[in-house]
Amino acid sequence: MIRHDVLKSLIPVISDHLVVCNIGAPSQELHSLDDQPSNFYMLGTMGLASSIGLGLALAQNKPVIAIDGDGSVLTNLGTLSTIANNRSDNFILLIIDNGSYGSTGDQPTYAGRKTSLTAVAKACGCDDVVECAAADTADAVTTALAAGRMTVIVSKCESGNVKVPVITMDQVVIGERFRAEAARGT
Amino acid sequence: MAKDIDRRIVSDLVENGVDFVTSVPCKQLAGVLEVLEDTQAIRHVPSNKEDEGMGLCAGAYLGGGKPVIIMQNTALGVVVNTLATLIQFYHMPLPMLISYRGEVGEPVACQVEMALHTKAILAQLNIPTYHFHTPVDADELPGILRHTAMCRKPVAILTDASFWSAPE
Repeated sequence: MIRHDVLKSLIPVISDHLVVCNIGAPSQELHSLDDQPSNFYMLGTMGLASSIGLGLALAQNKPVIAIDGDGSVLTNLGTLSTIANNRSDNFILLIIDNGSYGSTGDQPTYAGRKTSLTAVAKACGCDDVVECAAADTADAVTTALAAGRMTVIVSKCESGNVKVPVITMDQVVIGERFRAEAARGT
Repeated sequence: MAKDIDRRIVSDLVENGVDFVTSVPCKQLAGVLEVLEDTQAIRHVPSNKEDEGMGLCAGAYLGGGKPVIIMQNTALGVVVNTLATLIQFYHMPLPMLISYRGEVGEPVACQVEMALHTKAILAQLNIPTYHFHTPVDADELPGILRHTAMCRKPVAILTDASFWSAPE
């Protein structure tokens, strides 16, 4: 399975939740599969999906799923210690770990070689860290949502992208409809 | 040991609805950070690096919060991309309380190097910039916080050594 397959399998699980999605191919693929006002697409700024997700989870009570990548987490590795030390039980960080920089031509990342982001997350003090096969990702997210415990999920999948259009929606619209969705019913 | 000016700044943040602060420390900001730790109305989430901190602030804003980042001017060398492609691009309000190291009174020569670039970087990014040089300048803080929320931009508040070392 490649990331697009994982995202497709996740749609029934995440569609109604607040989702912060990583820059590039992940956001484009999610947008083409299931555009929702509850999706925040990053159109720039490599590495900050997990930080935006944590800030969002700390600021309000609804569940938040940040969909990040291994290359992106490696560029902001301090995020795992910030997450561990600022527990927010409505927060799930899903790292789709395909061992490559998918949006730039599938160059290998160190997570595809010797570095285990699962071990790094644990060493940073994250209490609930789950490493799973790509096919088990939707179940892992379902379980984490039901548990109501902050969880880092590392989904090991194959490298590769599906050709989908870039997102042309105005970024301020993306942000404002997302803010409204976060505030809805509160 | 926190001083009156530290307490005044944090009190202005609280009175203007700020409920989320991230920081990377600086010696000049130690008093403010100390007061923050005892301020129930504000959640303080220290970050490892200032671009990470701006990500946290962006998330807090999307969740209905009112964030502020506290950082040193040297960090402007770290956050240019995040300011342009996240905070400015998505029209997010973000007051940045910045210790302006490298100005008169600075004991560390290396700090002068980024002081030379500080206002130029902020000007290049079209970031509204205010410079607190004496304690009376801090009277503007509530107005700056309201202005930031109104225009939904990152706004820089530079606080130099003279400001922090002024007798109480």
